[in-house]
Amino acid sequence: MKTPTGDVQSEGMARRRFLQYAGTGTAVIAAALIASCSKDNSKQNIYNDHVDLGAGDIAILNYAYALEQLEAAFYTQVVASPYTNISTYEKAMLTDIRDHEVSHREFFKTALAGVAIPKLTINFSSINFADRTSVLSAAKSFEDMGISAYNGAAYMFKEANYLTLTGKIVSVEARHASLIGNLIALGSFADNTVIDVNGLDEAQSPQQVIPILNTFIIDKKILAPAFGIY
Amino acid sequence: MNLFSIIDEIQQVDPEFEDRISPRRAVIKNITSFGSRVAVAALPLALGTLFKKAYGQSATAVNDVLNFALTLEYLEAYFYKQGLAQANLIPAAHKSYLTAIAGHENAHVTFLKNILGSAAVASPTFDLTAKGLFGDVMTNYNTYLIVAETFEDTGVRAYKGQMPNLLGNQVVLTAAMQIHSVEARHASAIRYLRALRGVSIKPWVSGSSTVFNDTGIIAATSSYANENNTVQHGIDITTLNAVKGTTTITAAIEAFDEPLDKATVLNILVPFIAS
Repeated sequence: MKTPTGDVQSEGMARRRFLQYAGTGTAVIAAALIASCSKDNSKQNIYNDHVDLGAGDIAILNYAYALEQLEAAFYTQVVASPYTNISTYEKAMLTDIRDHEVSHREFFKTALAGVAIPKLTINFSSINFADRTSVLSAAKSFEDMGISAYNGAAYMFKEANYLTLTGKIVSVEARHASLIGNLIALGSFADNTVIDVNGLDEAQSPQQVIPILNTFIIDKKILAPAFGIY
Repeated sequence: MNLFSIIDEIQQVDPEFEDRISPRRAVIKNITSFGSRVAVAALPLALGTLFKKAYGQSATAVNDVLNFALTLEYLEAYFYKQGLAQANLIPAAHKSYLTAIAGHENAHVTFLKNILGSAAVASPTFDLTAKGLFGDVMTNYNTYLIVAETFEDTGVRAYKGQMPNLLGNQVVLTAAMQIHSVEARHASAIRYLRALRGVSIKPWVSGSSTVFNDTGIIAATSSYANENNTVQHGIDITTLNAVKGTTTITAAIEAFDEPLDKATVLNILVPFIAS
């Protein structure tokens, strides 16, 4: 297994972390699985059967890029085929959100350049785009998941500038989540399904988020040895 | 004072100390993963104890950030408490909405005080009119919402600006991120209330090449400095692909919130502090 952009320290870290999560027996099986992955040498991060996020700060940025690809694809479809009886205000706001998510996606793509993961093939068959309730509830799930993912991954950055960038994006996602909550039911901009008794939003690890993300990806799913996901 | 001998001493009474001070280790990870809501209720105390144990010798820089955050939360908590107590200010239909925000700000105060313990600063005495800048804040609901919006948007920027100072401290950085996104939800929620009342304002901070303060309130100008930045990490967002052509300047401004440094935030707060 060759990690596309890893430094030695991060690989060591990933291995150690993985060993904390899995028993040794599992590790042996996982190692065998990884060894069997064959890489398409024409491009970084692309394997025949999966997408690898890389290592270190790059892995976290690629993780963010994957989340933004999901959100951008979702809102692009929402705006392209608006739900029944969408109001002018809602259409304008959802178009704004689409443009924000596309900016985030294109930003990561450009910033990551040669080490960026490829375009993911995303499937939203579980969402009824003609139905307001279905669309807004999916939007809420995606926004809340994005916030919790950024909150939970921020501490792993080594580079302070990337941390600041994450902060610049996650607060915009939180603004989206708040509006979507209010559109579902006025006053549910930060309800106790997401905010705990300490007034804190959720923070989830990549180990918690990536399996959910993968349910929307067809073809090559995400693997992240850097986060112990094999 | 020899730091290593202090660590040795602590390790004798607390064998897991080294695991705790290493922010990437599983011990702290488990605490911040907030896997169960039940565990969260007991968290402030546990976190405070852990924090003091783990960082007691070099907590100054982190404590400075936390006390800065606590001061902002004191102001916000006081602002909503006073507003909700004021007769004929908040319409009945908006009371539960603002009570929910007040509840979060109170929780943030308690949470930060628990982490800081005896290092927590006391609350200043506040002047919500900002020495007359917002003279009718307690009698005019429109002004009240303008001040709320300024506080929330500024709070988001203040937390964002402090994140790099917390790098390497998983527990505190993650908690700060979790408060930061709640403040952003509030900011959006207050903006939405204003929009419902007919004000032309979006849930996100917008602008143009010449407008960085999208609130239209001149007194709030310093809270929005540089919010119309469109260059991120050396990349001009307006040159990037969009669904149609390249990204508009509006989207480029809205898609990224900007941080504020501590000195700028404190300057914004000064008029609101009576003593």
